[in-house]
Amino acid sequence: MTLMQSLLGAAATVALTAGAALAEPGLVIDMGGKFDKSFNEAAWRGAERWKAETGGSYRDIEMQQEAQREQFVRRMVDAGSNPIVVLGFQNMATLEKVAPDYPDTRFALIDGVVDLPNVRSIIFAEHEGSYLVGLLAAMASKSGTVGFVGGMDVPLIRKFGCGYAQGVLAANPNAKIIANFTGTTPAAWADPVKGGEIARSQIDQGADVVYAAAGATGIGVLQAAADAGVYSIGVDSNQNHLHPGSVLTSMLKRVDNATYEVFKAGPAVETGIVVMDLAAGGVGWALDENNAALITDAMKAKVAEAEAAIIAGTLKVHDYMSDDSCPAITF
Amino acid sequence: MEALPKWADAVLVPLISIVIAFAISALVILAIGENPLEAMRLMVEGAIASTYGWGYTLFYATNFIFTGLAVAVAFHAGLFNIGGEGQATLGGLGVALVLLNVAWPHWTVALAAAVLGAMAFGALWALVPAWLQAKRGSHIVITTIMFNFIAAALLNYLLVNVLKPAGQMDPATARFAAATVVPKLAHILGAVGIPFNPRTPANIALVLALVAAFLVWILLWHTRLGYQVRAFGKSEPAARYAGISPVRITLWAMLISGGLAGLMTVNTVMGEAQRLVMNVSEGAGFIGIAVALMGRSHPVGVVLAALLFGFLYQGGAELEFWTSITRELIVVIQALVILFTGALDEMVRAPLARLFVAIRGRR
Repeated sequence: MTLMQSLLGAAATVALTAGAALAEPGLVIDMGGKFDKSFNEAAWRGAERWKAETGGSYRDIEMQQEAQREQFVRRMVDAGSNPIVVLGFQNMATLEKVAPDYPDTRFALIDGVVDLPNVRSIIFAEHEGSYLVGLLAAMASKSGTVGFVGGMDVPLIRKFGCGYAQGVLAANPNAKIIANFTGTTPAAWADPVKGGEIARSQIDQGADVVYAAAGATGIGVLQAAADAGVYSIGVDSNQNHLHPGSVLTSMLKRVDNATYEVFKAGPAVETGIVVMDLAAGGVGWALDENNAALITDAMKAKVAEAEAAIIAGTLKVHDYMSDDSCPAITF
Repeated sequence: MEALPKWADAVLVPLISIVIAFAISALVILAIGENPLEAMRLMVEGAIASTYGWGYTLFYATNFIFTGLAVAVAFHAGLFNIGGEGQATLGGLGVALVLLNVAWPHWTVALAAAVLGAMAFGALWALVPAWLQAKRGSHIVITTIMFNFIAAALLNYLLVNVLKPAGQMDPATARFAAATVVPKLAHILGAVGIPFNPRTPANIALVLALVAAFLVWILLWHTRLGYQVRAFGKSEPAARYAGISPVRITLWAMLISGGLAGLMTVNTVMGEAQRLVMNVSEGAGFIGIAVALMGRSHPVGVVLAALLFGFLYQGGAELEFWTSITRELIVVIQALVILFTGALDEMVRAPLARLFVAIRGRR
């Protein structure tokens, strides 16, 4: 038993040192990795902005294994982090299991809904943002053919593609949309080489605007479009600067704002469902000095009109995930 | 007479390989401005200094024991089964189908059924490449690795289109019924008075893994089939001359191998997640190759090597949590160990053999 006692002693020491830490916010990053130039990186940027503004510190961790989903969230709680932002819909099940064990800690889940009193569920209206960039794509396209490169083939990414297709057809009812997914496993989020291959194949089929909704895989898509001299559309973060003049725009998903707001509110952050839609500034499209020359006034006017209509509720963009089907495209 | 004594081959070679791997890892850690000794302390503390650490180390080790045994059995028949990933994926499907479709009254029956489901599905997935190898001469390395991709695609299709509960976005099955929850290691140890962290995933599958290791030992060294498998692996013409059917041995070895790989999902799918997710195998099928190589394809060696890799996984996670060392670097450290213990094995063995010969010559 002496061995076991020393083991327990060590465990207690670890627990004590962990408990002594001040309550600082935590960020649990899903498997795609922190620097995916897209979804995860947006959250990290939000956290960094909070850090720069408040001088506070936070703890972050990237997952590598399925079993680490639960482990790292628990570890964050043990280390005294509160509130804890957890990224990715695949962690819905994680929080459903873990959150009830820690009623004094508040969690914020991005991209999924968990109905628990200490969880803030943040969801985005990606279909609305994708609709807007779909309009831009159709107006920028000369060939009348546009492409969509999704990451892993899951309903969430089909939601991007469906909104995009609706936008494209709204601006050009005769447009042809080529939609492909990078893969069927989570590796599809981090495969820029394959993303580039798919983009090239779409360009060969006539696509002259390619929208990438694929996390880090999108970097390859943007590169392929730049190499071929056609347009691409970035996703989640503003990716216009990656290839100025080639990236037409980026569909912004303000994961950074969502993370920043949770960190700023601190342990008293409000729980419940938060919908980050177009009206709430949760999604949008990027216009900066890198793509200003690509977006004409006519395009701006058309998108502004659609924005106003979506916010007013007169234009409803179909959400793929509401019924697992899409009127504008079959995947 | 062999240049290396048995104990040196089994103990000294892996040990020196690990030391070299850790030494190079230390240099890498030093190069990015972290303290390697502190890193080592964090890894050891996080992986084996508490029952929390052990709970995860043993959980990962359980996976690696199963996949390591799977590779080892095939190795003995001269077959390089790198399809552990796919076989585990299908094994997970077997577990999920068994647990979702029957209202099991008690976890004991559910466990028995899940074990059968995992083994059957994993074995059947290995059967196709085995048959192609035995009858058509299609190389098993190519077919098994291709079957990994097919398995991933098949599971993806089934999860997204068939098994996912309506309205759920996460491509995963519903949770299994509460009656199918197997006891965790904490409960088993708690029953005999040993306190253990209950919030860790190590579960009864660890016991199954150890039983499997014992059974593999019996099979390989104490049964007629095991003898035939080893004879076939050593020399196919000799085995053929002795009346051993190559087709039969290839099929049996791969069926057992696939079944063992499938069994790892009793640990992950039934023991931990309690639902089937897309990423079932998580590379354990590939780690199994390194485990089998390092463990000299002997069950005892496999168990020890699996523990080492469990330590690396859990220790790596802790290292990432408490330091600014990124997860990419953790992978580098894990890869170095695999490289030195698996692939560069001969690099240590050959000089060591010369050394032993020299010492012997002097006597």
